[in-house]
Amino acid sequence: MNVTIVDYNSGNISSVINSFKEVAKNKVNIEVTSDLSKIKSSDKVVLPGQGSFKSCVDALNNINGLADTLNEFAISNKKPLLGICVGLQMFADIGYEETETKGLGWISGKVSKIDNQNGKYKLPHIGWNEINITKNSKIFKNIENKSHMYFVHSYEFVPEDKNVISATTDYSSDIVCSVEKGNIFGTQFHPEKSDKIGLKIIDNFINL
Amino acid sequence: MLKNRIIPCLDVKNGRVVKGINFVDLQDAGNPVEQAKIYSDGGADEICFLDITASNENRDTIYDVVEKTSKKCFVPLTVGGGVRSVDDINKLLNCGADKVSINTAAVQNSEVVVESSKKFGSQCIVVAIDAKKNADKWQIFTHGGRNNTGIDAIEFASKMESSGAGELLVTSMDRDGTQVGYDIELMSKISSKVNIPVIASGGVGNLDHLVDGIKLGNASAVLAASIFHYGKHSVKEAKEYLDSKGIPVRI
Repeated sequence: MNVTIVDYNSGNISSVINSFKEVAKNKVNIEVTSDLSKIKSSDKVVLPGQGSFKSCVDALNNINGLADTLNEFAISNKKPLLGICVGLQMFADIGYEETETKGLGWISGKVSKIDNQNGKYKLPHIGWNEINITKNSKIFKNIENKSHMYFVHSYEFVPEDKNVISATTDYSSDIVCSVEKGNIFGTQFHPEKSDKIGLKIIDNFINL
Repeated sequence: MLKNRIIPCLDVKNGRVVKGINFVDLQDAGNPVEQAKIYSDGGADEICFLDITASNENRDTIYDVVEKTSKKCFVPLTVGGGVRSVDDINKLLNCGADKVSINTAAVQNSEVVVESSKKFGSQCIVVAIDAKKNADKWQIFTHGGRNNTGIDAIEFASKMESSGAGELLVTSMDRDGTQVGYDIELMSKISSKVNIPVIASGGVGNLDHLVDGIKLGNASAVLAASIFHYGKHSVKEAKEYLDSKGIPVRI
């Protein structure tokens, strides 16, 4: 099996690579590339993302044909794709970080700044927070409710259809921290930095 | 609920841990990779490496340490010490650091913070503030505490927030190494001034100091070095103690 981590200059992806390689050992081949034909032929795709919504969308659009290839992979061919952090946020129609920016539009909704309630909550939301599992997502197999995951973000994904939400976390309000829509998965937290429990989520995705 | 973080810090010089955990089962007490692994297995919420390598020719040793550690530890890794430019930050991130802390370079030229937070995102830019009390003010020190800049620490904290820092690592130079506790006044002044998380550092001698840093200093995270060294306290003990004092921690 081939799992491709999309390398599109979206910031620091070395931790994502290290964690997937750790979980995959030698049983699964982990590719790190922006090569369109390799993405097309892989079994699963991981879409990481760090920095701002706009910088990630711009970086993605800078690679000719990448958005179309991902669209074909996840929407037309319905193959499993996992978005992490801004990778998840880009599933939305639109994001408001820096400036209004169009997303991939795979899951209707928007990405807006977390309400810090006039400074009551520090932003970014950095650190370990519990997840409240609201849907039996395939990537949460053998993951206990209220497990701790590592977060670092200031913006949140607000999907229109609440049925796609598979977990939320409590920070100022119930923030969407995981979604599942058919073959499309996303986590706002960083499984690659969430210790053994995070690696288990990666293992679940690899073994889908 | 967001948990308060406990961050053990390891001083690394020429690729070796200077003061480390003195565990009998440790094969190589000076190996930063092994030490970091012990901390992450013990429940550390984050690991911090402070590179205190003095000579330029040995500076590359930290990259190798970071690369090896990031393949074994799957909690966030922050690296600081001698970070001068956007290029240095880029190299550390590529080796597997999740955050980079900038100290002297941020004071000398805040553009480094502006530029690097734009390029890599605020989430990986930590500004380290070393401050010393002078009358009723705190002043910023650079070059490992040797150089007094005269800059007001509280104002500087605000400036770093607006420059794009994602977190502030605040060290009291008066307390560092003394084991008498954090400078609570400094921590709480900075924490109430900025809307980004503050990591308290400098002076921890016992577990109550960690409690004070969070309860009185309003720090989001507490960093300590020596109490975790020589096995005086484990990270697990520290977390259980904080939990018993009603502080939310990841256990």
